[in-house]
Amino acid sequence: MASPIIKKYIREGTLPHIWCGGCGHGIIMRNLAVAIENLGIDRDKVCLVSGIGCSSRIAGYMDFNTLHTTHGRAVAFATGVKVANPDMTVIVAAGDGDISAIGGNHLIHAARRNIDLTVIVMNNDIYGMTGGQFSPTTPMGDLATTAPYGNVDRPFDIAKLSVGAGATYAAKGSAYHVKDTTKFIQEGIAHKGFAIIDCVSSCPTYYGRKNKKGGAVEMMELQKKNFVPERLLERLEPEWIEEYDKTIRAMKGGK
Amino acid sequence: MSKKLIIKEDWCKGCAICVAFCPKKVLDIKKEKATIVNEEACIYCSLCEIRCPDYAIYIEGGK
Repeated sequence: MASPIIKKYIREGTLPHIWCGGCGHGIIMRNLAVAIENLGIDRDKVCLVSGIGCSSRIAGYMDFNTLHTTHGRAVAFATGVKVANPDMTVIVAAGDGDISAIGGNHLIHAARRNIDLTVIVMNNDIYGMTGGQFSPTTPMGDLATTAPYGNVDRPFDIAKLSVGAGATYAAKGSAYHVKDTTKFIQEGIAHKGFAIIDCVSSCPTYYGRKNKKGGAVEMMELQKKNFVPERLLERLEPEWIEEYDKTIRAMKGGK
Repeated sequence: MSKKLIIKEDWCKGCAICVAFCPKKVLDIKKEKATIVNEEACIYCSLCEIRCPDYAIYIEGGK
């Protein structure tokens, strides 16, 4: 037995999931399920696309139409799904490395086009699946297996990067701030245009252990103390699929 | 239907997030699994359920 929300939206046979004890990804996955439930969207009208990494396992766990694609290319696949099925709610779930390193260009150009996708970033500041290498969001000075003396790079702010690139909805949530993050995901899905929700997750196994941030509980306490959920932007601008549709109709002589 | 706190032990990874954020100290970790130690104190606030990364604890019944 499991709670009704889990029974409805998660492929129960795949649980327990592979995420480590205390990993924030599980909390964010539940938030997405609750957001879809609150919006009352038909499960068969949702497509969840993921790339590669810890976060990308979500496509195997959630019971929607799901696509587990190549590293960094989730947004590109999602664009294809949306173009072919404009009525479908297309959601991308990705990690910080997936979306901002190898998938960085896909992210900014999808944001620039303002195509109606919702991107949920499970941002744990590190590459968890491959052993704790630093990612584009690892804070400066922090330790990783590939930065044993401290990371010298400055981190990306994924939500602000997307706003700069043209996203029309952007918010920052966290694994700790469940209610706010669920609300942001809900707003992002309901939003017509490119929406990004950058969610702070926690990786007690690599990021926490390397940087002596404590275990699962201590990392959640840090989010509680240091993080404020925030909606950065919500505005309406021409959406790409609709604009493309106008062009097609014009080419057919206005029919 | 009255409310009930349920733990699905085989999904629990013993991260103790539920124990830490329970306002009524209903839970504890025993043998690396979350365990109910003081059920009478439970106010069914669901704070454990919404933050359990493994969906191993939830409130059944009621609305």
